[in-house]
Amino acid sequence: MLSVRLERLNDFDEWRGKARRLLVAGMKPSQLVWRVGSEESGLFEAGDDMLPQADGPIGSVPRQFIDLAASVIQHSDPERFAVLYRMLWRLQQDSQLLANAADADTVMLTKWASGVRRDAHKLKAFVRFRAIDDRYVAWFEPEHYTLEATAPFFTRRFAGMVWGIVTPYASAFWDKENLRFGPGGTKKDVPSEDAVEDDWQTYYASIFNPARLKVAMMKSEMPVKYWRNLPEAQLIQPLIRNARQMEQDMIDRATTQPPARHLRQKAREMPEETHDIQSLSDAAEAIGGCRRCSLYEQATQPVFGEGPQDAEVMFIGEQPGDQEDLAGRPFVGPAGQVFDEVIEKVGIDRSRVYVTNAVKHFKFVPRGKRRIHQRPDSGEIQACKFWLNLEREFVKPKIVVALGARAAQSLIGKAVSISKMRGEPIELEDGAVLYITNHPSYLLRIPDVEGRARERAKFAADLELVRDHMALLRQH
Amino acid sequence: MVALTLTRKLAILADAAKYDASCASSGSEKRDSTKSGGIGSTEGSGICHSYAPDGRCISLLKLLLTNFCVYDCAYCINRSSSNVERARFSVDEVVQLTLDFYKRNYIEGLFLSSGIIRSPDYTMEQMVRVARTLRETHLFAGYIHLKVIPNAAPELLAEAGRWADRLSTNIELPTDSALENFAPEKRPSEIRTAMARLRGKLDETTPDKKPTKAKPEKFAPAGQSTQMIVGADTADDNAILTRAAGLYSGYKLKRVYYSAFSPIPDASSRLPLSPPPLMREHRLYQADWLIRFYGFDVPEIVSGGEGGHLDLGVDPKLAWALKHRASFPVDVNRADRELLLRVPGLGINGVDRVISSRRHHRLTLADVARLTASIDKVRPFIAAADWTPGGLTDDLRLRQKLTPQPKQLELF
Repeated sequence: MLSVRLERLNDFDEWRGKARRLLVAGMKPSQLVWRVGSEESGLFEAGDDMLPQADGPIGSVPRQFIDLAASVIQHSDPERFAVLYRMLWRLQQDSQLLANAADADTVMLTKWASGVRRDAHKLKAFVRFRAIDDRYVAWFEPEHYTLEATAPFFTRRFAGMVWGIVTPYASAFWDKENLRFGPGGTKKDVPSEDAVEDDWQTYYASIFNPARLKVAMMKSEMPVKYWRNLPEAQLIQPLIRNARQMEQDMIDRATTQPPARHLRQKAREMPEETHDIQSLSDAAEAIGGCRRCSLYEQATQPVFGEGPQDAEVMFIGEQPGDQEDLAGRPFVGPAGQVFDEVIEKVGIDRSRVYVTNAVKHFKFVPRGKRRIHQRPDSGEIQACKFWLNLEREFVKPKIVVALGARAAQSLIGKAVSISKMRGEPIELEDGAVLYITNHPSYLLRIPDVEGRARERAKFAADLELVRDHMALLRQH
Repeated sequence: MVALTLTRKLAILADAAKYDASCASSGSEKRDSTKSGGIGSTEGSGICHSYAPDGRCISLLKLLLTNFCVYDCAYCINRSSSNVERARFSVDEVVQLTLDFYKRNYIEGLFLSSGIIRSPDYTMEQMVRVARTLRETHLFAGYIHLKVIPNAAPELLAEAGRWADRLSTNIELPTDSALENFAPEKRPSEIRTAMARLRGKLDETTPDKKPTKAKPEKFAPAGQSTQMIVGADTADDNAILTRAAGLYSGYKLKRVYYSAFSPIPDASSRLPLSPPPLMREHRLYQADWLIRFYGFDVPEIVSGGEGGHLDLGVDPKLAWALKHRASFPVDVNRADRELLLRVPGLGINGVDRVISSRRHHRLTLADVARLTASIDKVRPFIAAADWTPGGLTDDLRLRQKLTPQPKQLELF
């Protein structure tokens, strides 16, 4: 048996130096006993002074092992050095060993590493500083040797503060410039109170909801062993004892008369009733309260039409899309951009047309972080016709352009085929002329470049008819 | 009127804030105070500095600026018709409390909400001022979560996003009709419009967008979240999860918080005065998780229960599996990731471990047991090198076998 002596409890570089030399010397894991600090050697153990001094890299180990070992070295289990060496030894034969999550040594090291991670986390969480003048000092009892590796967290967080953390095995100090480590101490090394702790306890007691008592949950996240150094923990028992009574009091307390202040406050007015609608802007306001179908429940907001009140031509799409729903404005998404491009090219003045949709709320199904457009059904189109009719009444367009089959259906009351009906104006009951063409989003969905160009040309041709019709109207 | 002490105000305004479930302090940008010489840091994952006996983490100093409120939402302790004691902090008082607590390592930062006083703009302006003072005057780099008042001016929202890590707007109740019923002054579409506006601002600052000339101004790096109250109205779990899925997809929310309705002092007589449905809340969180990370959709999850409600007795994945036994057993040595994720008892980490380990050798049941937390739950639903569940998968008593036995109430 060879006794390997380490000076420090948790110094990865020290262990690595020894381990390299042992590996070079071909020392088997079973031949070694690891000792740390002043721990006494066994009767039959030899010292490690005889090892080769060569301390260079020996072969390579996965990066993952280095990270794992740097963490495991902080664990309090005395076997940690031996198991790490055994893993290092075995990695020489099988460099993929750490990927085998079912291997017993891998399981052990992983478990220790997570114990260390948890302890470091508790250190970050449960340190409680007490102030003396402008200095902040804390007493903490970690389960493992985690102070040195965790201290930089505190320097990053409390850079502008002078602070110290004292533990039984080591201490750390920051003077706003340098981080120093010193020997361990006792609870007496830090102040026994801090004026702010009263407010902290007040907060702790007030934020607790007695109706939701879950003591086991609290204990699993904040184990009892930490309580003795947490100022708020002395409240835990009384809070639990009184919880059921506090909850019952809340339930028992009957509703009381509202205070006078409340009665003075006037409830906000309800949305406008539809019979008050006298203008396009009245309609745009009233639609905020629309419940004519269920689409309002999921959509952000209704999207009313936009454009001059005396527009000659009204373009009617199917329904707002994702972007329109978010912005509250029609034709601002990708299809709207196609629409803008084409009418500009054709020579229709965008500022002189009124654009709207047959259905005013966005219909979709959620798919993760996206909303997938759904076709409105006939019921929804019918329900929304109320608003479209108001728009037509107030704007009185001479030309109406239905973009897509759904818009056409809304206007003539039956399903239509665009390919059969495009290019042929139809007269509506109010005297306006209806043109039917594709919805611009249709152009976006065509996968091949050629097909897209062909359909875009057809779309442009339909809009040219509209442009010519507009010019004709102006001559009269 | 007698002036309240700061401690009394703290008691009132913390008590008023505890019904907001959100406590997250994670997911923000990485920053610290090394360069500024101030205090504060956020390093990705948040830290829970304490736990109250309700099992909830205390990570942020959660306060209302004031619990005076002109609204009268039936479910809220601060509604104008309630006789709860009222208080109001000054901006400086909140700033000082935050710094005092933070320097003693009690908290990760501040979560500030408020009742509506005077107007939405006035209220929002006060909250923004707290955040600005912390950041600019005190070089505070800790976490700040601000509640958004739906109707506040867009400029105020923009400034809130400049100082805060996270912004949130509460949807409050799962259906619009319930909200109108219980919160007469709130407009559901105004709440969603506020979320849509935040999403617009968040999209502008997302780096993978087309490169713009100027570096986009910082805006709420930890994104936006919301909260829904569960059990105050009659909505079923299907309605709640449908609403949540709609919000996730429309506004890129980081989280939807579900808050079991707790009896509140001086409650409105229109509300259920019973203990909060904590198990239901728990099941909703599990279902939410399955929808976001496990490839389930809302109808699938809800199909595990009955009548639009999740099964309270077993977790939603197990409930789904018990009703879809034809999809099992899943072979752990061959099945792809999507299928493995549907096995009860196998989480994302467990699935990753299965996939990486099976490259080395064919996995036995004992191997799987080492890779997962609860092999008992997994066993009936998988096949391994030395294991097939045989009739176990279709055992009529399987649900009973896998349901945890009711425990005696805990004594302390």
